[in-house]
Order: sequence, then C-alpha cells, then structure tokens
Amino acid sequence: MQNKTIAELSQSLQQGEFSSEELTRAYLDRIDKLDAQVNSYITVTADGALAAARAADEQRQAGQAGPLTGIPLAQKDIFCTEGVKTSCGSKMLDNFISPYDATVISKFKQAGAVMLGKTNMDEFAMGSSNETSFYGAVKNPWDLDAVPGGSSGGSAAVVAARLAPAATGTDTGGSIRQPAALCGITGLKPTYGRVSRYGMIAFASSLDQAGPMARTAEDCALMMNVMAGFDEKDSTSVDQAVPDYTTSLNDSIAGLKIGLPKEYFSEGLDNDVATAIEVAIAEYKKLGAEVVEISLPNTGLSVPAYYVVAPAECSSNLSRFDGVRFGHRCENPKDLTDLYKRSRGEGFGAEVKRRIMIGTYALSAGYYDAYYLKAQKVRQLISQDFKRAFEQVDVIIGPATPTVAFNLGEKTDDPVTMYLSDAYTIATNLAGLPGMSVPAGFVGKRPVGLQIIGNYFDEARLLNVAHQYQQTTDWHAQAPEAFK
Amino acid sequence: MQWEVVIGLEIHAQLATKSKIFSGASTAYGAAPNTQACAVDLGLPGVLPVLNKEAVRMAVKFGLANDCEITRRSVFARKNYFYPDLPKGYQISQFELPIVAKGHLEIELEDGSSKTVGITRAHLEEDAGKSLHEDFHGMTGIDLNRAGTPLLEIVSEPDMRSAKEAVAYMKKIHSLVQYLEICDGNMQEGSFRCDANVSVRLKGDEEFGTRTELKNINSFRFVERAINFEVERQIDVIEGGGAVVQETRLYDPDKGETRAMRSKEEAFDYRYFPDPDLLPVEIDDDYIESVRITLPELPNAKQQRFVTEYGIKPEDAATLTSSRVLADYYEATVKASEDAKLAANWVIGELLGALNKDGRELSDSPILPEMLGGIIIRIKDNTISGKIAKQVFTAMWEGEGDADSIIEAKGLKQVTDSGAIEKIIDEVLANNPKQIADYKAGKEKMLGFFVGQVMKASQGKANPGQVNQLLKQKLQE
Amino acid sequence: MSLERSDVDKIAQLARLEIAENDVPEVARNLSNILDLVAQMDSVNTDDVEPMAHPLEMAQRLRDDVVTEKDRRDQFQTVAPQVENGLYLVPKVIE
Repeated sequence: MQNKTIAELSQSLQQGEFSSEELTRAYLDRIDKLDAQVNSYITVTADGALAAARAADEQRQAGQAGPLTGIPLAQKDIFCTEGVKTSCGSKMLDNFISPYDATVISKFKQAGAVMLGKTNMDEFAMGSSNETSFYGAVKNPWDLDAVPGGSSGGSAAVVAARLAPAATGTDTGGSIRQPAALCGITGLKPTYGRVSRYGMIAFASSLDQAGPMARTAEDCALMMNVMAGFDEKDSTSVDQAVPDYTTSLNDSIAGLKIGLPKEYFSEGLDNDVATAIEVAIAEYKKLGAEVVEISLPNTGLSVPAYYVVAPAECSSNLSRFDGVRFGHRCENPKDLTDLYKRSRGEGFGAEVKRRIMIGTYALSAGYYDAYYLKAQKVRQLISQDFKRAFEQVDVIIGPATPTVAFNLGEKTDDPVTMYLSDAYTIATNLAGLPGMSVPAGFVGKRPVGLQIIGNYFDEARLLNVAHQYQQTTDWHAQAPEAFK
Repeated sequence: MQWEVVIGLEIHAQLATKSKIFSGASTAYGAAPNTQACAVDLGLPGVLPVLNKEAVRMAVKFGLANDCEITRRSVFARKNYFYPDLPKGYQISQFELPIVAKGHLEIELEDGSSKTVGITRAHLEEDAGKSLHEDFHGMTGIDLNRAGTPLLEIVSEPDMRSAKEAVAYMKKIHSLVQYLEICDGNMQEGSFRCDANVSVRLKGDEEFGTRTELKNINSFRFVERAINFEVERQIDVIEGGGAVVQETRLYDPDKGETRAMRSKEEAFDYRYFPDPDLLPVEIDDDYIESVRITLPELPNAKQQRFVTEYGIKPEDAATLTSSRVLADYYEATVKASEDAKLAANWVIGELLGALNKDGRELSDSPILPEMLGGIIIRIKDNTISGKIAKQVFTAMWEGEGDADSIIEAKGLKQVTDSGAIEKIIDEVLANNPKQIADYKAGKEKMLGFFVGQVMKASQGKANPGQVNQLLKQKLQE
Repeated sequence: MSLERSDVDKIAQLARLEIAENDVPEVARNLSNILDLVAQMDSVNTDDVEPMAHPLEMAQRLRDDVVTEKDRRDQFQTVAPQVENGLYLVPKVIE
C-alpha cells in the first residue's frame, strides 16, 4: 500500500480495494513504528486524520469523490492549520495553535484530502539541512547519517520513507527542490504567485512559494490541481486560469529545446553528480529533446544577493514574534525591552537570529544602498539572464544541488558553506520562476536530483518534461531499504 | 534678538472607510477592546494585507482638491520599529513614492490676508492600536481595534511662521477633509490628529534651526499652546547659551508644557523598504478624472459664490464656508427663509453664538435650518420685531417648539394696530411733560427716549417703525 | 567586512534580540563571513540597473470597502501570553 502513488491510491480507493480509513490507519501505523528513525513529523494528527478519512469514505459512497478524496497527505508545519499546533519548527511557536487555516490547507480540505500531520522543517524555513529545527534534525531515509536537506526536510523524508504518499513544501531559495533532490523524490516550486501564500508563515515574502513534494511528477500534477490558483487574500497571487496539470503529462517532448547553463556544470559540482546528470541528459536526447549550452552569467551572484534580500525581508517578517499576542514569552520581563529581547532571544534559534541580524544590518541607515538596493539590482540582472535564456530554450536543465546529501553536523558550524549548497536553486526564486527536482540516480546510497527550470507559469510543461523522464527511468520508484 | 518661528505640520486624518486599509475588519469607533482586530490586524503568523479601494480613492480626492501631483505608481513600504501597539513590528506606510505629491493650500489669516502653504506630500498608512496606561497591576493594556484604520498623513512644507498660522492651516485642512467626506474630523475620537515640527532662527537667517517634533496634539487650542510653549522653550535654551536637541516631545495638556519622550530616546532607524506583500499601486488618467468629477464645491469656490449669489459680506461668507456642514446649514436656512442676508446674520450671530456658549457642535443643534427660517419669515412679515425674534430664538433653543407656536404661546405677536399704539404713546407723553418740553425746545434726540419708553410699555411688541412715525406726528401736534 | 562587538550590540538592539555575552564573538565572526559572501555582489556594475523588488510585474489589486470580519477575540486570545478585560498586557509602557 505504502509504495503506491497518489494516482494509484486514488484508483484503489475508487475500486474499493481499501477504504481511506484503512489507508490512513496503515500510514498512521507506519508513522508510529518508523518515524522515530527519521524524526520527520512534528505533530501527528491521528484523530483528525481518521475523522477526515471517514468523511472522505462517505463522500466517495455518495459519489462525490475527486482525485484527492481520502488521500493522506503530510503538511509542512509552516502552514497554519486551525486547531492544530503550527510551530514553523520554532520554540517561538511551540505553543501556537493556529486559529485559522492557510488557503493551501483549506483547498486540500475541500478536495477531501486527509492530513496525517505536520512535518518537521528548518526553523522558520531557514536552513538547508533541517538541523535548525527546534524539534531536532530530520534524518535522510536513504542514509541515516545524512541530512535530508531543508528547509522542507521533514516533508521530503516523509515521502521518501513512505510515511505519507506526498507532502507540501515551501521554497524560498530551494527549500522544496534541494530536500527533494537529497531524498530522491519529486518536488515542484511553482511560479511566484501561482499558489496562495495566505496562512503560510512568511520567511521572505517576495521569494516564498508553496509546492508539492511527491514520488512522481504525476502526483505533483494532481496536487497542483488543488493548490494552484488565485486567492483574493494574497495580493501577490496571480489571477490567471489554472490548467489541468495532468492533461499534458503524456505529451511527447520530441523537439523540446533544453538549455544547459554552463555555470551549473562548472567548479563546485561534484563529479559523480555531474555524471548522473549527464546520463539523464542523454536520456532526454533519446526522448527527442534538443540540447544546447546556454549561459546564465550572473549565477554566481545569486547566493550573495539572496543573503541580503531574504534576510532583509525576514528581519521584518519576524518582528511580529514579540511575546505580546501569541508565541513564546519570557518569564518575568522587567520592562518592555526586556520582554522583547528575551522572548525573541529565547524563542529563536541561532540561524534565525543570524538572518534577522544580517537583514537588520542590510536595511539600516547608511547600509541600505550598499546592500539592499544593490541586491535588488543584482536580482534584476539574474532575472534578465533567465529572460534571455528562455528566448532560446523551452526549459533549463542541470543539477539541483552541487553534491548529494552531506553528513549530519558537517556544515552546522559554517553558515556560508551551508548557504552554498543552494547555489543552483536560489536564482529561480530571485527571478520568480518555477523549478523542479526529479530523482536521477545515486552516488553511493545517496540520491541525485535533476533540476528542471521553466518559464513563468510553465508548470504544465515542467511536469510533462519530468513525467516523460519518469516513464523511461525508475529512480523515482525506488525506496530506501529500511522503509520499503 | 528677533526670532523667527518655523513650523511644519504632519496631520493624520483617519479616512472614513467602512473597513480597514488592509483587512475586512470594521473601523467603527468605540467597540469593546480587540473585538475589531481581525487576524490581519493582529499580525497573526501567515496573514497578508490587501489594499482597500476606497482608501486609495480618498487619498486621490484629497490630492486633487489641493492641486497636488498624483503619483502614477506609488509604493507601500514598511517602517520597522517595535512598539506594543504596532502588532507586526512594522507599520505599512509609504516612503519614497507617496500616492500624493507636491501641492499647496491657501489659508486666511486673522488680519484678513491670505497665505499659501506648500503641501509636501500625503501618503497612505495604517494606524496603530492604543496603549491603555490604566493600572493593570503595573502593566499596560493593548487594544488593537484601531490598528489598521486607514490614515492619510498630510505633510506640509515648513511654511508657517506662527502658532496662529499653524492653527489656521490645521483648521483649513480639517474643514477640507470634511468637505471631501474623507474624514469625519472628530478630534475627540482621534480621527484628526497633528504633530508639529517646530524650530526657531534669527530673523534673516537662511538656515533652519534644529527642530523638535511635538506629538499628541489633538485640539486646535493645544496646537497653539504647544507651539507657543515650545517656541519659548527653544528661545530660552538658545539665549541661555545652549542648543536645541532634535527630539520628539510630548505635549502635556494638563501642564501646558512639552517634554522629551522617553520611549523615543533611542536613535531611530526605521529601516524602510518596499513591502514585499504589496505591489505598486498604479493610477491612470481615467481613474484620476473619475475621481475629479466627484469633487464637491470646495471652500474657496463656495465662499465666492456666497458673496455673488447671496450678496453677503466676504468675511461672513468665509465664516459660513468654514465647514461644509455650516455652509449646508446656511443654504438650507436661506431656502427656508428666502432672505440670504438675514439668514447670514442669524446663523453667524445667534446660532453660532448659542452653539459656542453651550459648547455644542452644529450637528447637535436643537434648531434646524427650517426652524431658524421660520423665525426670519416672521421678522420679514412684521409678525415680530428683530428684538422679539431673539426671545423666540432662545425659546426655540430650549426646545419650546417652532416659531409660530412660540409666538402664539408667549403672545409675542407684534402690535401693528395704530389705535393701540397711539394709546400707549398718549400714556407715555402724558407721563413725561418735561421731556416733551425739551424736545420742543430743539432736543431732537429725545425722540429716541420716547421710542424706548413706548417699546418698553408695549413689552417690545409694538412695531418700531409705526411707533416712530406716530410719535413724530404726535409731538408736532 | 568585519563586524565589531559594538556593531553586534547595535544590531541586536535594533532587532530586539538578546545575545548572550559569550556568544557575541562567534556571532560577529559568522555575520562578518556572511557579509564577505554578500560583498561578491560588488564584482558587477549595476549603475544603470533598475532595482527589482518583486518577481512579477503586476499592479496592486484593490479590495472593495466591505466589512467581512467578525469578532473572534476570544479565539484569538486563547494563544495570547497575558490578557485581561480583552486587552493584551505588556510591561508598563513609558511614553
């Protein structure tokens, strides 16, 4: 049961092989037995899940089932869920029971999906290894000594370890694609504005975007059909028709023009990862795609620009966590400043504090032009690189990460090295473009992710390109030994 | 030494929208604490702002009324600082690109002259909540109902040179925002507030002196007092060999003085940057024209029309157009009475006097325009004299009914029967032989004495014109 | 770019973050390293480049002026650290 995709489960449920309640119980049992090894859930909502599953079964009996009705899913703990703890991986919100649902959550509820629980994540989505979580690091199901990536590391691990068929993630600088790559699953970061950000706890508002993390591109398409769309509660959400992402999955990709950015294949890329990517490219050629080398000359500036823009926005976004209306409050504050400084000092972990401080500094008087304004200009240059590239090619392909998963603890003492592990994913967030990571092999026990970047609102094509690859490869279908 | 005072004002007008600037919560005043603070106003994790259409329209309306440039692409920015009444730790405001840019406004001064005051900008922002300092076991209570109420911050150039000019400017803006129906102007409820930037310099100096910012000035009276206090303080500091410190000071109306704000001691660094949750607000010509056609007649135009259409004095027209409600009241009175000049006299003289005496707003006046018109009609048709009419007005103010019923009930109807008046004249003349002799000896001023006596004897009800005429006849006999 | 202890103190104060005295040197070192990374931006000339605040070239959509929210104070205040008479309590604010 646990090896079935959403598409397969949906069929099984429809054919009455098992009920949603049985399916949900099976997953809850697996979580109970196996999650201690990976620490991928912060909260498991067993009672709510079973109630939702029974409601879904009734809905199915009434003949009102959609593709996601009764499908168990895990939600990243960054999405507000009414009546359920929403911690964002932080001590700051350890006591926060959200009084409302994020739009993404409401949409899944409406679609009849069953929430199994809330997944572990880097604190406030700030991290690339899931080691900044207040709830402890998540382990990579493929190799328990390795990180799962981050910040949606819990969601990636959940899917890889078959502790849910699929999960949601959010991606500010690679937080869906990098953990998807490191855990050997399929993840999509949509175009900025495609999925509502309402109720998704903000890290960097001009970069954050929610997306699906699943085993296959087809499952991602099924989830996108629910998640995508205009939301009047989000001013940055785009009012543009949402296609049925499943209809074009089987389109031929013969004649597809693929660009390979030379900057993604240069210094810093692990040789074994490079080899795996080359094999994948050869596969695309076999499928009839045309491959050309392109250049995204400002790629190297994406990490530096990101570490101004994202911290600047986060320093402001996280000011609301002040111990007054919700969240952690220090004991016996002696005055207002003490209340603020200790509540925030105790409630936030080291990485969050680091980024708040960098952002505060970058926006402060005398430094704004040199840092924030400069970063906005570099952001423009990076965005223009992509605009030029998409005049020549349909999609851009390259590695999702420079290396496979690194060891737990390997980079925790060196923030800058950690930041560079997102070198290939950050630029698309700065530009607002959609990107995917698709399983494309292994280096030893650890998975390799192939990144596919598309033009604005070209998610359907990305899913098609990924799906076609998954029809001729089986990397995505493999499961870690301990979680088969 | 001759000092010159330099004042610029920052006026905060709460816009009269139904819902908040970035959320669907009500802006109604006076609700129980925090019952009108929704998830967005509270800054709960994950919430997002969506801009209120009406707030934008009102800001543009203000701009158009003052010949301001309307910014075609304005941007919301975050102003970052920590304060318990500021839920998100930042205020959504506008910084580099405000929706309304340069314009100007004409103000009238007490000596009858006028002066142009530059408007630097007017930008949209959200109001903060309120801190209640009553003792909650030594703590402060926070009510966020007001958080997110739309504000238009109107920033003037430092063009004012006295507290009186500052008051004239503030009154003009106060009147204007009500004319435009974009703010209710209620200063008690904080709908219209003002901060003043004050500095002094030696007359003739080019450079401005160091300024202080005075906060919390919520009445016209306080503006004048606060500025005058601050000017004296600054002059004392400089003449005492010291230097004015640039700082924010709070006006304490009880003590009538300003003091440095402790909460603002720390150097401020607001770290403004474009709000990534909001996109640029784009305004095109069609939109601007659609707002322009909704502009009402503005005070200056109305004042001129009153002079030409009603033939009243310019200063009276200025008084009557000082607020839209007063102008509307006057015009309704004109309509009811069909006498524009008498209506002006009665509105300015009796009505405003009575309101002022009772400390009431025009909206609370017990006398409606139709009722005041009723008095004027009875003056014109000689039913009552002007003097009696004042008695009628007083009775009406006390709620005793309309003009006719008061005249009837109190028997105030003017006596126009010549026979009855002659009878009173005869009695008066019979009682004052000495004064008759004086009159006949050439003291013509004595006529006034006789008129007064007759009026008194008739309890004011005799028609003064008839009394005059009949007395002259009788005295010549 | 090398940050001093005083810089860290100043930033921490602006951001209202308590940083333990012992941690300041490490924080200063990490922040300095990040600023060095960020300084790589200086390698490109951006004089004539328009700053990009947002990935999408869109205008702000406006909402109708309608009251849609109801009083949910009790629910919202269940997650509040300290309330009384419907008010959020904080240490005394001195103006």
